[in-house]
Amino acid sequence: MAPMLSATDLHVRYGAIRAVRGVDLAVSEGEIVALLGANGAGKTSTLMALVGLVRPAQGEVRFGGEVISGRDTEDIVTRGMTLVPEGRHVFPSLTVAENLRLGAASRRDREAVVRTRAEILELFPILAERSGQAAGTLSGGQQQQLAIGRALMSAPRLLLLDEPSLGLAPQVVDDIFDLLVRLKQRGLTILIVEQDAVAALDIADRAYVMVNGAIAMQGPAAELRASEQVAHAYLGATMAETHA
Amino acid sequence: MAYFLAQSGNALSLGGIYALLALGLAVVYSILGLINFAHGALMTLAGYVLVFAAVLGLPFYLSAPLAILVVMASAVLLERIAFRPVRGASGATMLLTSFAVAVLLQLAFQLFISTRPQVVPLPDFLTATVDLGSFAIGVNRVISVVVAVVVLIALNLFLKRTVLGLAMRAAADDFNVTRLMGIRANRVIATAFALSGLLAAVAAVLWIAQRSSVDPMMGLVPVLKAFIATTLGGLGSLLGAVLGGLLLGAIEIYLAAYLPDAALPFHGAITLGVVILVLVVRPQGLVGASRELGK
Ligand SMILES: Nc1ncnc2c1ncn2[C@@H]1O[C@H](COP(=O)(O)OP(=O)(O)O)[C@@H](O)[C@H]1O
Ligand SMILES: [Mg+2]
Repeated sequence: MAPMLSATDLHVRYGAIRAVRGVDLAVSEGEIVALLGANGAGKTSTLMALVGLVRPAQGEVRFGGEVISGRDTEDIVTRGMTLVPEGRHVFPSLTVAENLRLGAASRRDREAVVRTRAEILELFPILAERSGQAAGTLSGGQQQQLAIGRALMSAPRLLLLDEPSLGLAPQVVDDIFDLLVRLKQRGLTILIVEQDAVAALDIADRAYVMVNGAIAMQGPAAELRASEQVAHAYLGATMAETHA
Repeated sequence: MAYFLAQSGNALSLGGIYALLALGLAVVYSILGLINFAHGALMTLAGYVLVFAAVLGLPFYLSAPLAILVVMASAVLLERIAFRPVRGASGATMLLTSFAVAVLLQLAFQLFISTRPQVVPLPDFLTATVDLGSFAIGVNRVISVVVAVVVLIALNLFLKRTVLGLAMRAAADDFNVTRLMGIRANRVIATAFALSGLLAAVAAVLWIAQRSSVDPMMGLVPVLKAFIATTLGGLGSLLGAVLGGLLLGAIEIYLAAYLPDAALPFHGAITLGVVILVLVVRPQGLVGASRELGK
């Protein structure tokens, strides 16, 4: 079966900077795939190109059999793929409820939206409690829950997450990763970018390692986890420290 | 006391108009980072629509909504033609573009209409006054205050209750992430310009109701004042725009009313002096949010 998402020879440039240089990757339905790599490796740029927030300089992205590279982000989201951006980016001056409402802006079926909303509030009870509060006043962990909840409001088939653990306390990170596993069990497909390689490899089925804009290694998560080579050559301190 | 109350009515009426204009600037600025100096030309355009509608024999209650619709459409068109090509460019580029558009429109009014003021016929009731016991106030002033309040409330509801309104506030926070919600960026921006057109046209109608004439430069001074008002309130903040507008209106009117005769020639300079004083104390403006909508 063809993968749900595939990128072929993907390139991203910012002027003279070549942030992504010929990335090939694929995500199949029901998988959690991790995209790992050090700071500046080009992970965020790859995700941005997948959802159309930056135009790939070269290459093709397919989602659900259709070519989506070159399409507007708005169209791509409506087709069922969305991104929880790095640094969360909830709308700080809007309330929690308003943030969630906007998450479903691409959907027409109101009853289905009400059901999704109920499910999300069940997953994140804190969002129900803080419903009327400005999102900017939430803690980092709560904002991350809101950012994920808001993305889920669009009822995606494929969820991209960019460093959901960034700046969060370890306990909160564990909760977020547990949640991702539960979402997978409910049938969601996930592509997650992480610097915390250990945590990501724990929940992922497969992983790619990015170095200098290109894929340097890939394979089943279990294999990469065992690989000393990964720890030393590609993931730098993150993994070495946790192993120590 | 009666004199003070009458002047307060004037202050509210002028401040209300400034608030509407400042809001129009703030709505666009908060989303695009563009200070639209062509806003004044939109005001002037509303005036000329009133003139032409009167020539065609349309009554005021039809010509006023017509002016509003024409100006809203023109604002959206202006965005398509002039501002979309420079979207995302530097602030200076956008500022120059809006200057160019403002100058072009003003020249067009001078060339194709007239450099001289045109009379706008007003219905009689607008020039009447209401007697409030100890003092009297012009009907046009009262309407001005009422309309400004109604528009402000309606705008607030739109921004709080509708998905498009929420999307506009979201876009002011973070434009790219708004697109991630599946909301068309172009639609949000077109709405912002339509709203700013609406606000400019309503302000123009209220302005003209107190002057009954239009000339090619009509919008220039009030929009300059509105710009001062947005700065006073906190550039990009809606609440700031409203407060800044009201405060500026109050400063102008009370100074004109209570300055000794000898100081009256310096009225404008003293007004700006007070504004600068406020900004020295609060450089971020009264509210102080930059590029934030709906607070
Ligand atoms: N908007 C941008 N303009 C210019 N350079 C950028 C931009 N975004 C990222 N870069 C550069 O591209 C490279 C890859 O960045 P990024 O995709 O953010 O990597 P990662 O997410 O893996 O840390 C870095 O060298 C970064 O400095
Ligand atoms: Mg990144």
